[in-house]
Amino acid sequence: MRRPARIFMYLLLVTLALGYLLPVYVLVNNGLKSFQEVSLSRMWEPPSRLSLDSFAQAYRRLAPNFRNSLLLVVPATIGAAVLGSINGYVLAKWKFAGADVVFPLLLFGMFIPYQSVLIPLVQFLQWVGRTFDIRLYGSITGLVLVHIIYGIPITTLIFRNYYASVPSEVVEAARIDGAGLAGTYRHVILPLSMPGFVVVIIWEVTQVWNEFLFAVAITGNPARQPIQVALRNLAGSQIVEWNVQMAGALLAALPPLLVYVFLGRYFLRGLLAGALKG
Amino acid sequence: MATIAPAHLPPQPLVRRRIRKDYALAALIVLPSLLAVGVFVYGFIGWTGYVAVSGWNSFVPDLSFVGLRNFADLFQSFRFQIDLRNTLIFTAAFLAGCLGLGLLLAVLLDQKVRGEAVFRNIYLFPMSISFIVSGTAWQWLLTPSTGVNLLLEAAGLDRLKSPWFTDPKIAIYSVVIAAVWQLSGFTMAMYLAGLRGISDELREAARVDGASEWQLYRHVILPLLTPITLSAVIVLGHISLKIFDLVFAMTGSGPAFSTDVPGIFMFETTFRGNRFAEGAAIAIVMLLMVAVVVIPYLVWSTRAEAPE
Repeated sequence: MRRPARIFMYLLLVTLALGYLLPVYVLVNNGLKSFQEVSLSRMWEPPSRLSLDSFAQAYRRLAPNFRNSLLLVVPATIGAAVLGSINGYVLAKWKFAGADVVFPLLLFGMFIPYQSVLIPLVQFLQWVGRTFDIRLYGSITGLVLVHIIYGIPITTLIFRNYYASVPSEVVEAARIDGAGLAGTYRHVILPLSMPGFVVVIIWEVTQVWNEFLFAVAITGNPARQPIQVALRNLAGSQIVEWNVQMAGALLAALPPLLVYVFLGRYFLRGLLAGALKG
Repeated sequence: MATIAPAHLPPQPLVRRRIRKDYALAALIVLPSLLAVGVFVYGFIGWTGYVAVSGWNSFVPDLSFVGLRNFADLFQSFRFQIDLRNTLIFTAAFLAGCLGLGLLLAVLLDQKVRGEAVFRNIYLFPMSISFIVSGTAWQWLLTPSTGVNLLLEAAGLDRLKSPWFTDPKIAIYSVVIAAVWQLSGFTMAMYLAGLRGISDELREAARVDGASEWQLYRHVILPLLTPITLSAVIVLGHISLKIFDLVFAMTGSGPAFSTDVPGIFMFETTFRGNRFAEGAAIAIVMLLMVAVVVIPYLVWSTRAEAPE
């Protein structure tokens, strides 16, 4: 490419990059201003003096919900990842009769609008509470269960595609050596699974952390809400200052952002897996 | 394709019997997951369908059969008609934005750019953030008295200043801006992966044949990216048909329902209004819209993968 064209190209790339960063700048910039300095007409001006007041206040309001989200994300991710690994292994290497029919049916579950299962889901969780005295509706436990189940399709898909790249000869050799279904998984597949787990864990962590619809429909009590629901309440409130809302938004975005910054490569792989054929 | 076992294996009956047992075990191991998804996806969809044809439109459950009355009411309602129109406009503008911007970014980054990883990460990071967070940020950015309008003013582009989501005529496009900001990185990543899969020999061959860079992209590379465009349209299209959180956090229903979508209508009807049958009917319409897009794609992509 000729030189002026290349300069124009870099100019375009930089301009676009600045455009993508605008919302982050606004969140950070106004989150760091003191309450006296916050003004809608001076949104873009940097703070004259850094102040953590907004963050402190946002943190005070959101800390319990931040903790709820952690308590939600960890077990939900582990559960969905383990089930996905086992299912993926079976569907990739032990194609029982009907496996090819079952797989697309399973995949459809990751595309549905969750509104279409929401009413029965709430009824079911309430019914379990009434019948077995296990509190699922209105609790993080219930939300964990929901995220594990609706996470199964995508985690199974990622692991199945990952295990499909393990040569079938390796699995067959283990079989001839006398290893069964479980033995092959433990001694051959599992030791190879680390990259698959990294992709799935990162995907599930960001998905579950960011999810809103299940969270708002299932956890009613503000003390039990995950962070996204609490942030929505904070940002929708007329009495909370807008710089506190911005600090809160940044707080709610922080964990997935950190995951992305440090493990972006794997995040991308999970993303492309969602398109079925990356 | 269904089984690979017996043909490759030594014919000892013992081994064969053990392997047959293992296949049964394999089916047994995935059974709990299949049952869970069977109940929570298909069973619950069935139940939602049942609620949608019932008279349960108050706090008291009433599952008496009323036929398609809820659907008829729905399609006659002013709000739902607007919702369907908004969904169409949103989907079209959102797809155009994501495909256009994604392709532009991918082609730019494919020119052996210095610092490519940095640019790529900047374009892609919004995908890791929740719709609630980006809705919160964009709500302020597009508030007419501040945000983007201030920037336009400072740049001397007063003519481009806009009432954004406060004007019912263009409110929905304000949400499109936020959605494109968040998801165009996805199409960029897909196109970039596709471009990297096109061999240098092919490009060289086209150049040797006298093709300009523009012709190379227009007639050689772009056609090769068609399957990627299709995948992106399906994935983004189904996201936009069921969009909820982003609109809910950014504008809600908007002035005169100008940013209302079925997802919001369903949520408010069901959980604020306790009109469960109507809410279920909206959910079923959403599901059908998504299914029309996704099912052919699922069939296509699981078939295409069979002759491995």
